[in-house]
Amino acid sequence: MRPFNPFAAIGRMVLGTLAELGRLSLFAGQALGGLVNPPIYWRLILQQMWVIGYNSLPVIGLTALFTGAALAQQIYVGGSRFNAESVVPGVVVIAIVRELGPVLGGLMVAGRVSSAMAAELGTMRVTEQIDALTTLSTDPFKYLIVPRLVAAVVTLPMLVLIANIIGVLGGYIIGTGRLGLNPGTYLQVTVDFLEKSDVYSSLVKAAVFGFFIALMGSYHGYFSRGGAQGVGKATTNAVVSAFIAILLSNLIITVIVFGGRG
Amino acid sequence: MSGLDKIVLKDVHKSFGPKTVLKSINLAVPAGQSLVVIGGSGTGKSVMLKSVLGLIKPDAGEIMIDGENVLTMSRSERREVLTRFGMLFQGAALFDSLPVWENVAFGLIQGKGMDRKEAQDIAIEKLRRVGLSPDVGNLSPSELSGGMQKRVGLARAIAAEPEIIFFDEPTTGLDPIMADVINDLIVECVKDLGATTISITHDMASARKIADRIAMIYHGEIIWEGTRDEIDRSGNDYVDQFIHGRAHGPIQMEVLKP
Ligand SMILES: Nc1ncnc2c1ncn2[C@@H]1O[C@H](COP(=O)(O)OP(=O)(O)OP(=O)(O)O)[C@@H](O)[C@H]1O
Ligand SMILES: [Mg+2]
Repeated sequence: MRPFNPFAAIGRMVLGTLAELGRLSLFAGQALGGLVNPPIYWRLILQQMWVIGYNSLPVIGLTALFTGAALAQQIYVGGSRFNAESVVPGVVVIAIVRELGPVLGGLMVAGRVSSAMAAELGTMRVTEQIDALTTLSTDPFKYLIVPRLVAAVVTLPMLVLIANIIGVLGGYIIGTGRLGLNPGTYLQVTVDFLEKSDVYSSLVKAAVFGFFIALMGSYHGYFSRGGAQGVGKATTNAVVSAFIAILLSNLIITVIVFGGRG
Repeated sequence: MSGLDKIVLKDVHKSFGPKTVLKSINLAVPAGQSLVVIGGSGTGKSVMLKSVLGLIKPDAGEIMIDGENVLTMSRSERREVLTRFGMLFQGAALFDSLPVWENVAFGLIQGKGMDRKEAQDIAIEKLRRVGLSPDVGNLSPSELSGGMQKRVGLARAIAAEPEIIFFDEPTTGLDPIMADVINDLIVECVKDLGATTISITHDMASARKIADRIAMIYHGEIIWEGTRDEIDRSGNDYVDQFIHGRAHGPIQMEVLKP
């Protein structure tokens, strides 16, 4: 056996990653191309919106509720050291709307949806259903990929909006029920602290995350090969890469939107 | 002769990595004829059909449909040509997100933009032709037996009445009586629709019934081609061994003996 060469290994990894990114960009480009010329399958878009949106509501709601509640408790404990318990509503709403609502919501939906998309498209690939689509004069990109991308980009902002509201509600329940904050003041401070730009950035993040959730699920499913094992691998890769894309794009958007403030 | 050929393959090559599957395929199918391709398992029969459909890109060679080389066409031209094809996949490849009738009607609704109700009526009629009752139409493909799925795949392949139809092992997994019903159906497609067909089969009874001509593929090449009546006196040891299903002969199966 040849001795292990760390430089060669790193080089291969970098080249492999770059090649993968290239393929991913081509894939995304082809999908966006399918978006601009007909036919557009409206029925499939609505169907996907239902699958992505409605079915994600329970998990999104619970995540946001518990996170908002825990956050309020922590900020109360931290703030009470400086006699600053009154900052709880303001910090909760900012933290939820700017970061936790979109990021946690995006990650939860990615776990559900990217994996399901990869598994479904991967199975269609290995059972030749995607080939069958082509022979029936239907472009698999327009029929399978475009509806998933569009539905995810449209649906995620709605889900995150709901997550934001429920997250604030979680903080409110703990704040007023357990920590003894005044309900009227709580709501007033929440509204005063929140800026329009916070909501916009939250929704922009959600749309971007939706794009990556559907892109990663579709990409890994569409190119999966090698039977059930291949589909399993595609599913894992879809979730992992969607997570990374969400966290990285979140950082980039946060730096762009909030980096200038001080 | 070549002016009338619907499908022509000239020196088609295909390798997967180091593995050469199609070495040099030369075939011509005249319009309105039925060609049956026989050959051992794993010799590249399915790969050959998929190459003609553009699902697999050959490494070299020419594939002509109605005299036009499909390998040098643009994507949209290629799609145009595909509308004239029907394909029965070896594994049926039914869409499991759609009910059976919508599978059969898919090409009519999506490809030809037909009204759903009208397409459903045609789908039910095609299902009847492959021996399936209308209530099967509302089931999901996963609720069907393997042989039933195959027949739905067949109904889907012929639903849009294409000019060219490929059948990849149409009778595999069917009982002998149903197999013969399907053979009749394929013969009808060629006669009534004037379709040009390529069928792959291991079933010699089926081959004799549906073929105008028979070709045998071995090690990535067409080693024999002739009419259905010539096959019994081909004088080719490979063909003889294959059609009589003998374990001993020039074709060595790669089986490890203990
Ligand atoms: N996508 C692919 N990637 C790699 N190898 C492939 C691929 N498709 C087919 N092969 C290989 O090509 C060879 C021929 O496959 P093909 O499916 O055409 O066989 P076949 O003649 O249809 O056999 P059977 O009668 O069993 O269906 C096989 O050895 C297979 O391993
Ligand atoms: Mg095959």
